[in-house]
Amino acid sequence: MNSKSYSLFLKDLKSELRTRYAINALAMFIIVAISVILFSVGQEKISPGLTGGLFWVVIFFTAMSGLSRAFVSEEERGTTLALQLVASPTTVFSGKLIFNIILVFAMNTVIAVLYSALFEEFVIRNFLLFLTSFVFGNIGLAISSTIIAAIIAKAGAKGTLYPVLSFPILLPLILASVQLTLFAIDGISFESAKFELAIVVSYDVIMLTASYMLFDFIWKE
Amino acid sequence: MVWKIFLFLLLAFVSVAGISFPIVENPTKWYEFPLIPGLEENAKIIFFHVPTAWLTVIAFLMSTLYSFKYLRKKDPDDDLKSYASAQLGMIFCILATITGSVWAKFAWGSFWNWDPRETSIFALLLIYGAWFALRSSIESEEKRATLSAVYSMIAFLTVPFFIFIMPRIMTGLHPGSADDSNAGPVVDFKMNGNMLLIFFLSLIGFTILYFWMWRVGYKSILLKDKLDKQLIRG
Amino acid sequence: MISYSLEAQQLNKSFGRRLIFNDLNIKFDKPGVYGISGPNGSGKSTLVKIIAGILSASKGKIIHLLDGKTIAEENLHNHIGFVSPYLVLYEEFSTLENFKIFADIRGIEFNKERVDYLLNKFLLYKRKDDLLKTYSSGMKQRMKFIFALMHLPQLIILDEPTSNLDEEGKNSVYEIVREESKTNIIIVASNEKNDLELCSEIILLEKYKN
Repeated sequence: MNSKSYSLFLKDLKSELRTRYAINALAMFIIVAISVILFSVGQEKISPGLTGGLFWVVIFFTAMSGLSRAFVSEEERGTTLALQLVASPTTVFSGKLIFNIILVFAMNTVIAVLYSALFEEFVIRNFLLFLTSFVFGNIGLAISSTIIAAIIAKAGAKGTLYPVLSFPILLPLILASVQLTLFAIDGISFESAKFELAIVVSYDVIMLTASYMLFDFIWKE
Repeated sequence: MVWKIFLFLLLAFVSVAGISFPIVENPTKWYEFPLIPGLEENAKIIFFHVPTAWLTVIAFLMSTLYSFKYLRKKDPDDDLKSYASAQLGMIFCILATITGSVWAKFAWGSFWNWDPRETSIFALLLIYGAWFALRSSIESEEKRATLSAVYSMIAFLTVPFFIFIMPRIMTGLHPGSADDSNAGPVVDFKMNGNMLLIFFLSLIGFTILYFWMWRVGYKSILLKDKLDKQLIRG
Repeated sequence: MISYSLEAQQLNKSFGRRLIFNDLNIKFDKPGVYGISGPNGSGKSTLVKIIAGILSASKGKIIHLLDGKTIAEENLHNHIGFVSPYLVLYEEFSTLENFKIFADIRGIEFNKERVDYLLNKFLLYKRKDDLLKTYSSGMKQRMKFIFALMHLPQLIILDEPTSNLDEEGKNSVYEIVREESKTNIIIVASNEKNDLELCSEIILLEKYKN
């Protein structure tokens, strides 16, 4: 099963490199979102806490602009049937999930680097805590956006509904991640952030399990 | 028919009693409510606010339950039941938000405070807003039923996270919150016998009302479906 | 010799409240060509999709037996070849790339001899390195047959196989159908007289409307 999903991921990667459907949009969106914040802040001094929150605002909207591609592009081009004929639902979901995880990590790393370069107030004091929450937060973001993308693709509603459907599902993850980022900015120890970390990790596990169980219903019409 | 008259009388009594019974310092007569410090006359909204919030939860639980049933059996009736219940849930959710907001203005000083329960009901509004938006975007009945059922399953799973994460981020104002300074829930300590009685009568009355409205709602959707089909064919 | 058989028991499908077919029983246990026929909108495509396991039936079940054992659902797709007007392959890849990708995703070895043979048969060998978006609709239709046959499936489902094809293309299809039907089960869903002439048994879907 693993090599099959990996092959599907490779196919998506090659196709992405040829068509640049998601990468260009994502890259532009990151620039647009960050500059909107920069312009609206202007010369104002903003608190480190606020930068932590805005950091996740940028991540959320960037994710919403590109992650639905995984399934929407197949549905738009009509290649869903071909995929149904060559792979089991589990393989399809795993392949798309790997693709989205890679995409989320790439995009969020770029955001984090740009963000810390442009906002002086965004200083992480407990870097290990930030890294841990960043990794688990990204995985959760990728899982939920992938399963919602599958729903959106089949609903035929495409772009507009995607953030609407994703936001309530991602909200607990974002709340916990914002909290963890604030902790990391304040330099709070791992020990006191245990509870939020546990929430993010269990969110990942539960959403992953549920997605695999529910994907069959979405995929098999 | 008898039970409809009974329900009418019950709700009429609850409304009249809840609004018009006086609140006095030391209740002696059967129709007098006790004065609760900090709430005073505002306390009366409890007869309407709590039942609507309670029904919001019941209606959405029922809706999720029937979504789950639909995924298992693929019976279109289950989907309609889920839809009818969610519609009611939405109405009660809005009512609970409005009554709660009015109460909050007088008790805590502003209409909205992002207290954990306020945030929960806001999240619920978002989830079901999204759910209705999803449903209206799908033409085919079967697809609509399946996809919206899958979405309510996923949304349902996020609920425990809200419950765990929220008290960590914001402070609670509602009675019964972890850091409530009012020394315990209103229901247990500060209501006297007749107030409790009317409160529970109101809960029971509204619950019966919900199940009745649910049935009516479900049947009307069914009839509308049939009518649409006849119009198309004929 | 591998023996494959297909059985449908009390199959029922409705979309919402609209019944497509009801109480459909079929049993194909010998190699050959079987037909499914019915007017437009009678559910031919729906039925073949259910047989292929892409769509689920409302009631009843499909049993695929290979050497007396039921094929596990997650492997079923590797035993089936499917051609349909709705099938679209990846346009940003060349024909050969498409086939390599599909073999990888199926988790099977890329059978170069088989693909070359089929490419020659359907007169696409010269264009095998061209991107799919440069193909005409007839060429795309011929390519779908290679997609459906390259992994040596035991069940081949052809939904309106000759649409978009010229005489030459049709002849290639009929030739390959005759060849494959010696060892495999082929199901043809069509209304074309020529397509149905190949079939040894034809299921008329109008009979299962109540």
